[in-house]
Amino acid sequence: MPSLALAPPRTIVDRAALATALGRIVGDRWVRHQASELRTFSADGLPTHQSMPMLAVLPGTREELIEVVRHLHRSGIAFVARGAGTGLSGGALADAHTVLIPLTRLHRILRIEPKTKRAVLEPGVVNARLSEAVAPYGLQYAPDPSSQAACTVGGNVAENSGGPHCLKYGVTTNHIVELEVILPDGTVTRLGSPHGEPWGPDLVGLFVGSEGMFGIAIEITVRLVPLPQAVRTLLADFMAVRSASEAVGAIIAAGIVPAALEMIDQACVKAVEASIYAAGYPTDAAAVLLVELDGEPVEVASDGASVERLLLAAGARTVRSATDPAERNRLWQGRKKAFGAMGRLARDLVVQDAVVPRSALPDVLDRITAIGQKYALTICNVFHAGDGNLHPNICYDGRDAELTERVRAASREIMQACVDAGGSITGEHGVGSDKLDFMPWIFDATSLRMMCDVRRVFDPAGRANPNKVVPVFACREWRAGGVS
Amino acid sequence: MNQAIFDRVRTLLGSASTGKSGDGIAQAAPDSTDGISATLALAKNEGWRVRIEGRGSWMPPNAPADLVVTSLGLDRVVKFAPADLVATVQAGISVAALERALTEGHAWLPIDAPGRPDRTIGSVIATGTAGPLREGFGPVRDHVLGCTTVTGDGQVVKSGGVVVKNVAGYDLNKLQAGGFGAFGLLTEVNIRLRAVPASDLTLIAQGGRDALTAEARRVIETKIDPGALELLSPAVAADADWVLAVRLIGGAEGVRSRAKQIRHDATVSWTALTGDQASALWHGAARAFLSGATTIRLGVLSESLDEIIDLVAEHLDLGLLSAGTGKGGLRWSGEATVEHLTRLRHVLAAREIPLTLERAEWKLRHAFGHFGAYREGVGAVVSRLRSTFDPGAIFQVPLDGTAVDG
Ligand SMILES: Cc1cc2nc3c(=O)[nH]c(=O)nc-3n(C[C@H](O)[C@H](O)[C@H](O)COP(=O)(O)OP(=O)(O)OC[C@H]3O[C@@H](n4cnc5c(N)ncnc54)[C@H](O)[C@@H]3O)c2cc1C
Repeated sequence: MPSLALAPPRTIVDRAALATALGRIVGDRWVRHQASELRTFSADGLPTHQSMPMLAVLPGTREELIEVVRHLHRSGIAFVARGAGTGLSGGALADAHTVLIPLTRLHRILRIEPKTKRAVLEPGVVNARLSEAVAPYGLQYAPDPSSQAACTVGGNVAENSGGPHCLKYGVTTNHIVELEVILPDGTVTRLGSPHGEPWGPDLVGLFVGSEGMFGIAIEITVRLVPLPQAVRTLLADFMAVRSASEAVGAIIAAGIVPAALEMIDQACVKAVEASIYAAGYPTDAAAVLLVELDGEPVEVASDGASVERLLLAAGARTVRSATDPAERNRLWQGRKKAFGAMGRLARDLVVQDAVVPRSALPDVLDRITAIGQKYALTICNVFHAGDGNLHPNICYDGRDAELTERVRAASREIMQACVDAGGSITGEHGVGSDKLDFMPWIFDATSLRMMCDVRRVFDPAGRANPNKVVPVFACREWRAGGVS
Repeated sequence: MNQAIFDRVRTLLGSASTGKSGDGIAQAAPDSTDGISATLALAKNEGWRVRIEGRGSWMPPNAPADLVVTSLGLDRVVKFAPADLVATVQAGISVAALERALTEGHAWLPIDAPGRPDRTIGSVIATGTAGPLREGFGPVRDHVLGCTTVTGDGQVVKSGGVVVKNVAGYDLNKLQAGGFGAFGLLTEVNIRLRAVPASDLTLIAQGGRDALTAEARRVIETKIDPGALELLSPAVAADADWVLAVRLIGGAEGVRSRAKQIRHDATVSWTALTGDQASALWHGAARAFLSGATTIRLGVLSESLDEIIDLVAEHLDLGLLSAGTGKGGLRWSGEATVEHLTRLRHVLAAREIPLTLERAEWKLRHAFGHFGAYREGVGAVVSRLRSTFDPGAIFQVPLDGTAVDG
């Protein structure tokens, strides 16, 4: 029987010789192999997962990247692409048998085409920098992860990232029209077309969200959208989380699609207000809703009035509204700085990510509170309420093993509650290595095996970002067990 | 008809789900995903070639096959959650029946596919045939949250989920939307819906093509977010002239204001249609494409629209043509030979524009292929994907074509 394993090869590697060979391609100073140098690359913002790579190689040009991947292919060595390392799911981590390829030096915006509303860029371009670069043309790159000041568009492509404004504008997959990719065997190919019609089956759609396991995106063509004519931001505070959740449903049911619809709960508001980022959110409110409308001015004004009515009808105590940029920024401040503020509460912060049907929000939020109480943990929620994408955050001290275990158990129970409500284990951070165990909760053995098989189409040897997304050893067992 | 195949299928599914196709081939119409799975597993084991069919109103149902498997036994709304604006429906439900069911829950699926309203939703998704609403609401794939697919060896694969945002696992939905059934038979889909809009207004301008494409570019610059902004040839619009039609969807005040903005500084004269007139225009345009034997679509952006329409005119004709002028996408229907289409595909490929064959008689489809020449390296990936989803190569789906030299 041929080997069906998708597990990474465990080639015996002479690390020093490999470093020398890769140094010849990228220059010695761009190969990192000391433990002190590699520590920077040992995590991706999720404190529960850490791993030291064999070494890290940082190509500075497209050609160097291609040469590096081809060299690793010839040597049979596994690799992990890495953007800014903000993934939060243990996705961009490599182990001692695996080479890490940070792409942050590939940070050039190659072309901006205002007429066709396209930009072509290298994968290491930081998300916010792209929107800054196209703003003078009256355009924006719509997907705006809260980490946009740091995360790379290559990472966004791999994770199919979302962000507050993706409620109206769609997530990364809706904004990528063409990708140049290098497959793990060194083949370079172009998927999609700049015209937005897939060229053949939708391989761009398939590649986006593949978490670095199909190959590396080396050139990305994005669709840009015009900056809106008018923007209005509303901030409403509620004395009950349930009322805030119901307001979310009422707005969507009214046929209004806000640009953003975010919820911040009391624990999170308190953290923000106690920090240097204090935004004037009422700390006695059970939850705060932030609603942003954008588009044609009259429509924004009339939808704004409707949203205000719906918020008050659902029980909002007060509704503040702003249209000028400075005032709007103030309303957003608490949301934008929430992670920073929570990060100050304790040494470590687990940011979780799950999705539930909108109508299940009130019950699931109650359930999360109960889970927090059961494990004696404070769970703060700041999340994309409009699409039911929850981010329960748990502050803790990772040096305390017993506490860390409780955090793990609570995270697991929260995921189970979301799945029980008909939801998913991740809305935007990806499965990475963090959620491997949960995949069988939402996909049966056949569907998971098909994912393994599709991965094999791009990467027969399983060398790109091994051991992520689909539990591969289980996959092997299903095959051996003859599941069909 | 091959009686032996008919008998085997009847034994498997029972008489009620077994019949004969219009062209005399044994036909299976299972009423469950499990039934489809058992049928395809049998076909794979027996080495039968399988034709997947919906209503047969869009794609001519004439691929040579040993067995026809139709989705028409799968015509139910499985679950509809108006509060979440999602629904799970079987692939054989007609677009019209689906629309009726959704309206009861004040929901709406913004896909206005070409063809007849009795087309199955599975056919719309599998062929990725978006209509003019693609401008405001995205291509077909954007409305698909999850799929249940049966592969060519009878495996039941689920992808995606029922929530509107989801990145768990690889996005296999994307292979099904626009995969022409090469990657399996869709049995169930989870779709994302919208609340029925308060206001839906269509404005049209009639005139010469150049004047209208120039006006379309001006409208795009006004940033009024149209639901559709479509240029229709006289034959598609059933009009003496070319027609530029804009569909404004949203709150009443906003729609009125956007209509005013369009008229302000207009270079052509705009007329607002009544609800009935608008419905007649859009439905008529959708059906018009059926009067040509062959339908193709191209990805075209507004900047190159004039030039590409000229190319289509040069290689084919300007009979049945419509083009989304904002986000792109041009559809043409008519009579075409493989040679003409091949030449056009090559000319377009040089401009990095893909040409997809949406529908045609089997002979042409088989020779020309839905996608034909791929970019370098892509063909190998596509063929490996095909053998993953259809290891016995039972599905009669000509993605690549035989007559194209690449
Ligand atoms: C405070 C904070 C807030 C966040 N908010 C959001 C949010 O609102 N929405 C959201 O979606 N995410 C959010 N995230 C998660 C994270 O920022 C995104 O997933 C982001 O896309 C990761 O980008 P990165 O450059 O850091 O990628 P990394 O973490 O470095 O890598 C992520 C994955 O991408 C792969 N990869 C990287 N580059 C490439 C490439 N060129 N080709 C192929 N694979 C590649 C890696 O192998 C890895 O699997 C947040 C994170 C933090 C820390």
